[in-house]
Amino acid sequence: MTPQPLLEVARLFLCLYTQAALSAPFVRQVAAGNHRCLAWPKGQVATMTSSTLSLATEIEAATGVNPATCYQCGKCSAGCPMASESDLRPHQVMRRVMYGSREQTLRDESIWLCLTCETCSARCPNACDPAGVIDALREISIESGMATMPRTISAFHKSFLEQIRTNGRLHEVGLVVGYKLRSGALMNDVTNTPGLISRGKMGLLPDKIKGVAEVKRIFDKCGVTL
Amino acid sequence: MSTVVDAARAPSVPTPSAGVLAYYPGCSLHGTEPEYDESLRAVVEALGIAVAEIPDWNCCGASSGHTTDHLLGVALPARNLALAEAAGFDRVLAPCAACYNRLASARIAVAEDAEVRERMPDILGREFANSVEVLSVLNVLREAAADIAQRAAAPRPTPNPIVGARLASYYGCLLVRPPEVSGGDDPEQPMFMDEIVRACGGEAIDWNMKVECCGGAFSVSRTSSVLRMGRAIIEDARRNGAEAIVVACPLCHTNLDLRQKAMESRGEARMPVLFITQVVGLALGLPPETLGLKRHFIATEPLLADLSVRAAQRVADEKKAAEEKAAKAAARAAKAAEAKKAAEAAPDAGGDA
Repeated sequence: MTPQPLLEVARLFLCLYTQAALSAPFVRQVAAGNHRCLAWPKGQVATMTSSTLSLATEIEAATGVNPATCYQCGKCSAGCPMASESDLRPHQVMRRVMYGSREQTLRDESIWLCLTCETCSARCPNACDPAGVIDALREISIESGMATMPRTISAFHKSFLEQIRTNGRLHEVGLVVGYKLRSGALMNDVTNTPGLISRGKMGLLPDKIKGVAEVKRIFDKCGVTL
Repeated sequence: MSTVVDAARAPSVPTPSAGVLAYYPGCSLHGTEPEYDESLRAVVEALGIAVAEIPDWNCCGASSGHTTDHLLGVALPARNLALAEAAGFDRVLAPCAACYNRLASARIAVAEDAEVRERMPDILGREFANSVEVLSVLNVLREAAADIAQRAAAPRPTPNPIVGARLASYYGCLLVRPPEVSGGDDPEQPMFMDEIVRACGGEAIDWNMKVECCGGAFSVSRTSSVLRMGRAIIEDARRNGAEAIVVACPLCHTNLDLRQKAMESRGEARMPVLFITQVVGLALGLPPETLGLKRHFIATEPLLADLSVRAAQRVADEKKAAEEKAAKAAARAAKAAEAKKAAEAAPDAGGDA
């Protein structure tokens, strides 16, 4: 009745075909140690399992983007402000989603270094939305317990959301305290604090809203626990 | 008769009518960037734009929300849209670029994704028709650009300091990306802020980093990246002759203003970072103390002093030029009158002869 299984079979064949077409030059490149375009660790050859297929499918379900439509032009990576600091650049993330190991992709730190500035998505000539794909990868990696975000970044997100869940609004002092305790970066920005207070830029008491229960409900209904 | 009764019954809080914009300040304007809130309120009041804060608004979740969970990133801003809707507003002004982006993105996600749309009332515990339009500060000020230009050019005791100021309009990410939220501006070469700067009398310089990212949410958690990106932005503005950078985003302001001292390397002149509302406020002649200009980490006083000296000089030059012109015109008129007199006299003389 539903065309879904048929589509899956068609996609499997397409993937196998593409894999076969691509793997010969790729294996040659790996053997020559000249495989930077794909950024796999030396010696590892891409293998396709049912789970790699499902990551691409999951991404498509979450974002509406079929990662296979990325033709690796690299325009996204050319404009990415974090490319110089990430192991994987946006076009390489797109490639991994299609052909890499599911776990390796979800465990990679690079997806946490994306600022969601959306330069990549705005410039993609084939509407592949790398920023949306990376956002979905982060969500899947949290759900599957594979998130390896740097401690400071996870501490920031958690402390930020905790403030919203507790007060409905952000409370800077609460954010800073929560962040320092979680990250261990106790001396971070200490020298800026007097300046922030003297300029009236740091409220000492939280600004709690009446509808805190509604905000908690939103967190619960979305299944977000901190 | 009935109108008198209605007016007498009017509550002290203005009931939203078609003309009133819902105002969503967001956490940054209540916290780290109060000068944006102050200057915005002063400017909309001066321009006669009525705004009323959304009652009991909550944080939009910013980047932490959508990074953690897509649905959370839609639902947190959607509650504010639902509140504005319930209070009878049809447009909401979100001056913070991050809030604007989240509110506008939530509106688009709910409109385009049937599943999200169906789940929203249950998640929010509220009715939600997604009927409120989301406006950035650039949308609102651009609508008022003709009014701003007229009032900025009007003669007044203290001359407009913005005339001739070389300003770099910095948009960053959240006002122009994804392109659907840019409100019709070009996402690669946006001009809305430049148009507002020009309406104020300023010179909007051409430069390269208009839409580059400032590092946004990594300000605390990965400061080194923010310093690298901010340095590139400030250096490019300086190379292209800017005297100040103009922003419409509290995160960009924090990253370029608070973090600037840590970016300095060779003792260059510091680059003041102004909010677009502060620029408009100065151009309208609002008292500088109502615009929160003293709250910045990079002092704005040297720039403002320089601009007012130049403005006074400009006015004096214009006055002198006008006086010289008037004197020349008078001399010409006198000469013409003399010539006419002589010409009148000459034919008479000829006729007599």
